[in-house]
Amino acid sequence: MDLVTFLIQLLNGLQYGLLLFLVASGLTLIFGIMGIINLAHGSFYMIGAYLAFSLSTLTGNLFTAILLGIVLSAVLGIILEWLLISRLYHRDHLEQVLLTYGLILIFEALRSILVGDDVHSIAIPAILNHSIPLTDTLSYPVYRIFISMVCLILAGLMYGVIQRTRLGMMIRAGASNREMVQSLGINIQLVYRLVFAMGFTLAAFAGMLAAPISSVYPGMGDQVLIICFVVVVIGGIGSVWGALVAALLIGLVDTFSKVFFPELAGITVYLLMAMVLLWRPEGLFRMT
Amino acid sequence: MQQIVSRLQLPLWLSLAVLAAFPLFELTFYTELLTKIMIMAIFAMSLDLLVGYTGLVSLGHAAFFGLAGYTLALIAPQYEAANLWLTLGVAILVSALAALVIGLFVLRTKGVYFIMVTLAFAQMFYFVFHDTDLGGGSDGLFLYFKPDAAIAGFKPFDLENTLHFYYFVLISLVVSYFLLCRILRSPFGHALVGIKTNEHRMQSLGYPVFYYKLASFAIGGSLAGFAGYLSACQYGFVNPEILSWHQSGSVLLMVILGGQGAFYGAAIGAFVFVLLQEFLSSLTKHWQLFMGVIIVLLVLYLPGGLRSIGPLLRASLLGKTANVKPPAGNDPPDIAQEESANDRSDSLH
Repeated sequence: MDLVTFLIQLLNGLQYGLLLFLVASGLTLIFGIMGIINLAHGSFYMIGAYLAFSLSTLTGNLFTAILLGIVLSAVLGIILEWLLISRLYHRDHLEQVLLTYGLILIFEALRSILVGDDVHSIAIPAILNHSIPLTDTLSYPVYRIFISMVCLILAGLMYGVIQRTRLGMMIRAGASNREMVQSLGINIQLVYRLVFAMGFTLAAFAGMLAAPISSVYPGMGDQVLIICFVVVVIGGIGSVWGALVAALLIGLVDTFSKVFFPELAGITVYLLMAMVLLWRPEGLFRMT
Repeated sequence: MQQIVSRLQLPLWLSLAVLAAFPLFELTFYTELLTKIMIMAIFAMSLDLLVGYTGLVSLGHAAFFGLAGYTLALIAPQYEAANLWLTLGVAILVSALAALVIGLFVLRTKGVYFIMVTLAFAQMFYFVFHDTDLGGGSDGLFLYFKPDAAIAGFKPFDLENTLHFYYFVLISLVVSYFLLCRILRSPFGHALVGIKTNEHRMQSLGYPVFYYKLASFAIGGSLAGFAGYLSACQYGFVNPEILSWHQSGSVLLMVILGGQGAFYGAAIGAFVFVLLQEFLSSLTKHWQLFMGVIIVLLVLYLPGGLRSIGPLLRASLLGKTANVKPPAGNDPPDIAQEESANDRSDSLH
């Protein structure tokens, strides 16, 4: 493998990892802060991708579609939390698993009814539809670099919000002691609703970004969900930083194993998880 | 406990009698459907041992079910029938070994980690069969002949015969049920229930909690393998879908539907789930929508499963507040509460 191919794969791996991070960070926050295990998180990703598809066909512009999609998914997230998830706070994990599993079936069925079961593709917006030539034959698409950049900016924003703002303080306080925060007069219900809506929106946004490069297909959420579980297990539940490191690690391992051992590519990330479990059963960066 | 057993015996024997007499009506379609239901009942009971009695919420139980099915398809000769007893033994052994090895990894984790890790490991098996040529890729493998039950030339029954297969599965179900009940009545079973109720206390009493959980996981995995073997026999083919995570989700649903912590509950859950699935999918191709709504309503309004309908109805008719027993619980409520409080703080820090 020469240097240029290596560079291309490295960029691909980073881009995949950063995209995974967007989905997994919501998953890990929803668990770490609200104590909810959310199987429907992969569906949010799927919903995002389908929103991007339907809205961009409707408006003819992917960026408008993404903006509309963000608003819609935030609203959906708030409704979902208000209607169902808020009833799960005092239930055990088993019931959370079941209810959110039921949600997956509902979302997949609705997707099938509203949009159909066909595979769709979305055109990359013209402004980003270029490639940077690396050698005479090899080049790298600008859109993938755009995705990585957007993800990095969002990761920075998230860090800022959680560590530096008043809302972030409430979120962190809510994670460690719900009752105490409530007795200090903070509306923890509202904080939870915001966190859930944020997780929903992040996952949906990842789906929208990925739609032009991965196409839009039924069951696309399942795969993402399970890989994100692996990310969360490796990174440590509740740790956003852990999710970032683990997502990048998985992005790279998955991409390079597809190059070096295409036969085993499907299982390498699980083997990685098994090794981490032996070494550190609670993940690399467990929030303590 | 003794009281519960005797109160249950009549309906159990009655349903057994109905199952035994059913093929006399000669409704071939329904006989085959019942065969499928009974196989799923074995599968669900095997998971209930983990979820309802050991407190291990596994979301990857289909791995062992599928692994045994694939084992049969892989070791069976292509142009003649395989030996039932030999292949059954090997298939269960493979599932048991897989459960032991996976158990060593997944049981290092607890609570919500356990759920995610079991799911991920099961998905790994899915990809092994889906992506490699080992098991025919996504098309799967065909099994042209049902295994042959002959022992030294004598053939007690013939699985190619639908009726014989039906009764073979029925007997398997009954044997599995009594085996599981026997396990639970043993000191080992009591220790499992103790672990579910309060793991730390069992540990401080000197129980090697990890090995008890591992043994339970392996027994559950083996029995799931038994069900997977029977299922592969019934349909004559295996494909990666039998170990997909939707299969794990469905079987978990059966356990909860019937009410965890009673093996007959898991069997009822399997019965209701498969019938519901058949019924809904005959109505509309979007049956998953209705199934999803039913699941959500079940969790919100009937967390104890169908088994809790009786006490709830009785309570509302008599005008008392519902006093539904916690699953597998002859324990005072304070212990259960204390433990769930522990769980929550464990999971957050």
